Amino acid sequence: MTEPKYIRAVEWPYPVNYGKENEVETDVLVIGGGIAGCHAAINAAKRGAKVVVVDKGAVIRSGAGGAGCDHWHLACTNPCSKIAPEEMMEIMRSFNNDYFFDEYGNGITSYILCKESYDALLDVEKMGVKVRDVDDEFVGAEFRDDETKLMFAYDYENRYCIRINGGVDIKVALYKELKRLGVKIYDRVMATSLLTEGGKTRARVIGATGVNTRTGEFYIFKAKASVLTTAAPSGLWIFSTELTGTFTWSDPNNTGEGTAMAWQAGAELTMMERSAGGLAAGGLSYPFFGTGNAQNTWYACTIVDANGKEVPWVDRDGNILESVSQRNRPVSGQRVFFVGRGRGPHFGYSYEIWGPSLIPDLPQRIKNGEFVLPLYADLPGMPEHERRAIWGLMIPHEGKSWIIYDTYSKAGFDPDKDMLQVNVMPPEQYVFSPWWKGMGPPQWREGGFVTGGGLLIDWDLKTSLDGLYAAGQQTAFGGDHALAAATGRYAGRKATEYSRTAAEARVNRKQIDREKARIYAPVGREGGIGWKELRAGLCRVMQDYCGEYKSEETLKMGLGWLNSIRESEATTVCARNPHELMRALECQTQITVGEIIMQASLARKASCNVLEFNRLDYPEMDPPEWNKFVTIKRENGDIKVGGLPFNYYLLPPYAPTFEENYKKHSGL
Amino acid sequence: MENKAYMIPNAATPCQAIFFDAELCTGCKRCVEVCRSDVMVPNPEKGKPPIVLYPDECWFCGCCAKECPVPGAIRVEHPLNQRVGWKRKETGEYFRIGMKNPPPPNTRPPVG
Repeated sequence: MTEPKYIRAVEWPYPVNYGKENEVETDVLVIGGGIAGCHAAINAAKRGAKVVVVDKGAVIRSGAGGAGCDHWHLACTNPCSKIAPEEMMEIMRSFNNDYFFDEYGNGITSYILCKESYDALLDVEKMGVKVRDVDDEFVGAEFRDDETKLMFAYDYENRYCIRINGGVDIKVALYKELKRLGVKIYDRVMATSLLTEGGKTRARVIGATGVNTRTGEFYIFKAKASVLTTAAPSGLWIFSTELTGTFTWSDPNNTGEGTAMAWQAGAELTMMERSAGGLAAGGLSYPFFGTGNAQNTWYACTIVDANGKEVPWVDRDGNILESVSQRNRPVSGQRVFFVGRGRGPHFGYSYEIWGPSLIPDLPQRIKNGEFVLPLYADLPGMPEHERRAIWGLMIPHEGKSWIIYDTYSKAGFDPDKDMLQVNVMPPEQYVFSPWWKGMGPPQWREGGFVTGGGLLIDWDLKTSLDGLYAAGQQTAFGGDHALAAATGRYAGRKATEYSRTAAEARVNRKQIDREKARIYAPVGREGGIGWKELRAGLCRVMQDYCGEYKSEETLKMGLGWLNSIRESEATTVCARNPHELMRALECQTQITVGEIIMQASLARKASCNVLEFNRLDYPEMDPPEWNKFVTIKRENGDIKVGGLPFNYYLLPPYAPTFEENYKKHSGL
Repeated sequence: MENKAYMIPNAATPCQAIFFDAELCTGCKRCVEVCRSDVMVPNPEKGKPPIVLYPDECWFCGCCAKECPVPGAIRVEHPLNQRVGWKRKETGEYFRIGMKNPPPPNTRPPVG
């Protein structure tokens, strides 16, 4: 892939020094400076540890939650919450929701979230982020508590989810706090592998290697303890060569280096067989929340049809809700409701926690001509506080939609007068998810992001490897901003504790040399495959051999394809600058993560509804003996498969209750 | 019309994503430094707007525009295939980003 002769290449703007070694020594190394990573680093530094954060992007804004956050979830300990952490856990484990489906869920991270979500928010407030309605803009709003000035989203009665006044500023505030605490930040350094004692698999983790994506320089991070806070892998099934940056829900740079390097080091992973359709959007559809809709950030907006006819809202039994206020209240006798996936084929929430929704038979009623497309989000028809909360508070503070607010406002959109159009789709698409962002192609699946697989962790948020802790999306079922923050601060404490007694890290030179040979191979090659073609080809393998329907035959073929590409095309991928080197290395990550997912898929020899996992050769759905977590790890060159009961975190060696385990392990 | 033509490869993407007003931009490079994807690189000419090298890798997170200290110097634009329109409830008029004779901007800042 050399430049065509008619293009005059301009020299790279940064000084290039491939392979030049930089050695950094620290107590705690945080790999991935997103929300979880920043909270981990801050909490480690506050406890006196020497802390280094390494990030592929720029910590000031990087990470899935770097652009903003509109609601802070499961803040059960805020003074207005009517549900305590223990009761919330009971509810979530009993009824299907975003955190637990048929017992598939992470009891450890969920409980930490319920316990520390609000504390993490208070941390952020101390850093200068506006969390409350301090400007008194919403005095009299039913979602506001006048004493604390806290504002709530969704369930206005139970008040466990907080609307944040300054969500768009959070990441910059975290960055400044890192600086204030003297944390050393290495921006634009892509971590490529974990270093282990003696260079051995499954040995204690003693740091990581990295490569600078501007200069090509090499980094050796030696650490007493490491926290893996990279994001879950994303963008494995679909790659858009035209708009590479918008083909994923998550930050497109989140290709799964953390998962891949933990796997290579021998860490145990779980739930990796899960992937979901319909999550991602991208260049073929619309920006998230950038069209009129009624879910999540836009909850609970009034929707009207082309003739101004209002689409009714109903309660869980189909009773029409007459007022806007009722859309934010549980029905009589209902303990709590969750806003979320509603009643889809795979992710049906339990009836007990069904919230209000637009009429579920809307698709049919559009087909019958009762409602005429296009639909519109009738912001002018909403009560003033609700209108301002959606368009003025939620949209501009949610990740990636500040720019929606900005550009539409500059173009003259006025929520007091104007109704934003709902994207026009086939009628059957007017159910929960496509509203946010339009339709993607059918093979479009996502793996780890939200309710997917990740590293197996214990009550210390320690992984199966000594010296390695994990938080945020890197843990199985790790999802949102608040979970990243809460588990980040917890993992930061635990890693610091470990670092105090850990022996000095002694790096194995052979491990370094092997890694250098691997990562610099694409530099200076000529005439090979480009990273975009390689990525698209790897995505095709996932689409065809690890799609919605799987079998031993196709999965093994898929593994064969990945291995064959690794030996062939992947050895020709070229990098003409350090930025392209990063993209080329991401392709290698993609091969590894694809292999993990296929191996985990082979290991589960049963279909499973919740995991959206269909085995054509094991069609029986959820046979009882497979109601468990499947775990996998590398051991002596083989894949070792294991199983864990759903409630392993409340079985020996752990205590039988959440409170006891938290008390014993939380480090507070 | 000059009879001159050039061999130029196609642009890599349906849109440029990020635009600079060369009059307003001071070349401070803060946008370059906050970008998660390194979409832009500094201009070799000091004080000039950065070069949008990898527009196809833009996630449209808007952090560059949020960081820019000069109002109007940087503009993030979703591609034409990713924009919806809106209808004025009272009058039924239909508007969209990019239309001829657009309505005046709405200058109300967000909450917070």
